Amino acid sequence: MFYQGVKKALPVAIGYLPIAITFGVVASSAGIPARMIVLMSLMVFAGASQFVAVNLIASGAGILGIIITIFFVNLRHILMSATTSEKLKKQSKGWLALISFGITDESFSIIATDPREDLPRAYVFGLITVPYIAWVSGTAAGVLIGESLPALLESSMEIALYAMFVGLLIPEIKRSNSKLKVVTLAVFISSALSWSPFFNLSEGWIITITTLVSAIFAARFIKVEGDRVGK
Amino acid sequence: MANSYYLIIIIGMALVTYIPRMFPLVILSDLELTAFWRRFLYYIPPAALSALIFPGILGATDSSIIAVIGGIVAAIMAYLKFNLLTIVLSAIAAVFLFQYLI
Repeated sequence: MFYQGVKKALPVAIGYLPIAITFGVVASSAGIPARMIVLMSLMVFAGASQFVAVNLIASGAGILGIIITIFFVNLRHILMSATTSEKLKKQSKGWLALISFGITDESFSIIATDPREDLPRAYVFGLITVPYIAWVSGTAAGVLIGESLPALLESSMEIALYAMFVGLLIPEIKRSNSKLKVVTLAVFISSALSWSPFFNLSEGWIITITTLVSAIFAARFIKVEGDRVGK
Repeated sequence: MANSYYLIIIIGMALVTYIPRMFPLVILSDLELTAFWRRFLYYIPPAALSALIFPGILGATDSSIIAVIGGIVAAIMAYLKFNLLTIVLSAIAAVFLFQYLI
């Protein structure tokens, strides 16, 4: 079962490598000490948050401001973790507290779209361990490569995180017409929140509000097609 | 900057990242959800991924147009069912190529 989880997570782990390497490169070019960059990947293990934090550190933001912004960037994990709990009903509290550390946008997508009702412990453990190892070792590799990388390649690598999100989203909407409607709605809301002169929200807030509002609206008004959820 | 500056930020980040991940998983696993909340959770992945992608992707490279091209390449590769690594590397290659040419 552990190996089944490892196998399922392998493409994610391999996909993490260029992103983690990018993170190492970007963070060291921002002047953060090598040990601290690797420590951040070890302790935080969250791609989007770490990129945002490096941006903020580079722009000279205060400690409290950085931590509060990261909190808002992470609020979406409350929703993801809540979704994950549906698939992990029969696990002990201590175990859940441990594996929750490994819930990322990617492992969450795999768990949430698994057709099984209840997921085995060893499977989930395998699923989160491999990407974690890839994330930390990729970061270290990026730090080592550091600034010897040509600037043009360095800036091209920043698309990696988004390419991964797109790669997770497309299979979702291919399977379900109702999810495509939610995507349309979410893009509309986040554009409105980002560009309308009436709001002045940080990126973290925009992500959280968009996710909440579009999922509540969809749960109320959009029928689930071709799936047994919520019928 | 002193190491303690980074240490405080990292420890703070670790806390505000771990708590939102841990709390619902440990608490909600006891609850039986109604159909509405199950639908709500069903719609969270596409909603969250969309919000993460757009409009953030526009600032991923110096030129928004090239970033969008990278996103479209990723979308096409994903539609054709390539694996995540191929998707990510194709997008990087496309962005690199366009930045090099322009």
